[in-house]
Order: sequence, then structure tokens, then C-alpha cells
Amino acid sequence: MWTYEKKLQYPVNITKPDARAAKIIITQFGGPDGELAASQRYLSQRYSMPYKQVAGILTDIGTEELAHMEIVSAIVHQLTKDLSLEEIKASGLDTYFVDHTVGLYPQAASGTPFSATVLQSKGDPITDMVEDMAAEQKARTTYDNLLRLTDNPEVRDPLKFLRAREVVHFQRFGEGLRIVQDHLNSRNFYAINPGFDLNKPKCGN
Amino acid sequence: MSDMSRHALMRKLQAQCFVLDDIILYLQTHPSDQTALNYYKKFKNLKNETEKEYIEMYGPLTADNVEVTDRWTWVDTPWPWERQV
Repeated sequence: MWTYEKKLQYPVNITKPDARAAKIIITQFGGPDGELAASQRYLSQRYSMPYKQVAGILTDIGTEELAHMEIVSAIVHQLTKDLSLEEIKASGLDTYFVDHTVGLYPQAASGTPFSATVLQSKGDPITDMVEDMAAEQKARTTYDNLLRLTDNPEVRDPLKFLRAREVVHFQRFGEGLRIVQDHLNSRNFYAINPGFDLNKPKCGN
Repeated sequence: MSDMSRHALMRKLQAQCFVLDDIILYLQTHPSDQTALNYYKKFKNLKNETEKEYIEMYGPLTADNVEVTDRWTWVDTPWPWERQV
């Protein structure tokens, strides 16, 4: 289970609304490499992970992604609070406004709603660890792109924190992959799928 | 309530909690690193002190921190996503 803490993992205090920035940053809420997808990917993969240490990494990082989703949501909320209709129309946020006003809805910058098709839970520890390492790099690139497109230091500051966490998580998942491989036959890591084949009678017996 | 001092104490708590988030994640893959374990113990104590001080001065951080009086006060303090005023 989880317990809510009334505190952001990293502070967000944006004093100037900016519809254009909100329109692109929302992609890290509900986009293909966003924090919602990250949390569901790792928290779903835990159950078929036979190695306790790696299930621990998936639980901790999956939980941290929920905190990152809250940070991204706080950024978008503060960027859109108190916007005028003129600013909404001029920025192109009107296509979002018509469906959601300035409520938070998980979607990509393109307007595509959140979809679980952007993530995988394969039930194979090597496959899942490699997916997770790629996911962290994709998110890191997205934050790099957002930083290229954003000038306001109040917005850049939490984005830089989130970018740095992607790098740390990539490192931890790399160690997770190594731990998985250390349990397997180094002459053929793919001889079995330890998420399925362990503790089963051998074929033909 | 001085909001400046509330924000400053929250910043301190966030920094100490983040140290713990990061070191806990590191310890998952380096469970016998004595330097990391000592660092964890040090910051766990510092964070507990700051958290206690924050809750006493500015209110609950989790629902089970709520001091029950004649009414339930959990939503009386600001939500963390609100812009600071």
C-alpha cells in the first residue's frame, strides 16, 4: 500500500503563468516517456521479478515516479492557473481548454491521451530491465528537449531535478540488469526466462 | 503563521528526505556499503528531527500526524501543488 505525504519531493513555485510551456511540459505527465507511464511500467513489472533486490529497485523507483508525476502536475497547474482567455487563445492552449479547462489530464504534448501502449511488462527480467534503462534515457532526452524550449528559471529548476533523476535511475536499473545476469548461466543468459521457468519441472520429466 | 519560515523549514525537510530517497535506492544495489549505511543513519536522524519540528509548528504531513481535537484538520494546511503566497 501507499501513504500520501503532503509534500513535493522537489519544490515547485512558479509565479508567472505560461500557457505555451504548460502545453509541452504536460507530456511528462501523460506522454510516451512521461512519469505516469514510468510508474505503471515499474510497479507492474515487480510481480514477475524473482530477485528480491531487483523487485526492491522497481518498487522504490516506481514509487518515486509517482512523486515525479505530482511535480510535473504541479508545474502544469501553476503555469495554467490565472491565465487569461486571451493568453489561452494566443498560445494554442484553447484546444486543451475546450475539453479540460485548466484541469490536469494525462496526455502527450501532441494532445494524444495517455495510453498503456507506450509501456511494456514482459514477464522476463532481462527484457524488463533493458526496457527500463531505455525508458529512463527516453525521459532524459525529453527533459533535455523541454530545457531547450524553456527560459524561465522557476520552470527550469524542477525540470533539471527531474532530468538528473532519470540519469540516477538508469544507473540503478543497469545494476539491476547485472544482478539478474549474475543469477543466470553466463554461457547463455537466455537459456531460461527466470520470470517463468524457475521451480518448474523440466520438460519431459 | 510566518509563511517564509514555513517554506524554509519545508525546503530543509525536502532536502533531507531527498538525501534519504537517493541513499535508499543506492543501498538496494550496494547493501553492504558501510559509508552509505552511516550516511543513511545520520540523515535518518536529521530528517526525523526536522519532520517532528515541522509537524509541531505547521501541521500534519500524513493523515496519521493529525492531532485529534474537536475537528479533523488534515485539509486545513495548503496542498503541496499550490503556488506559494
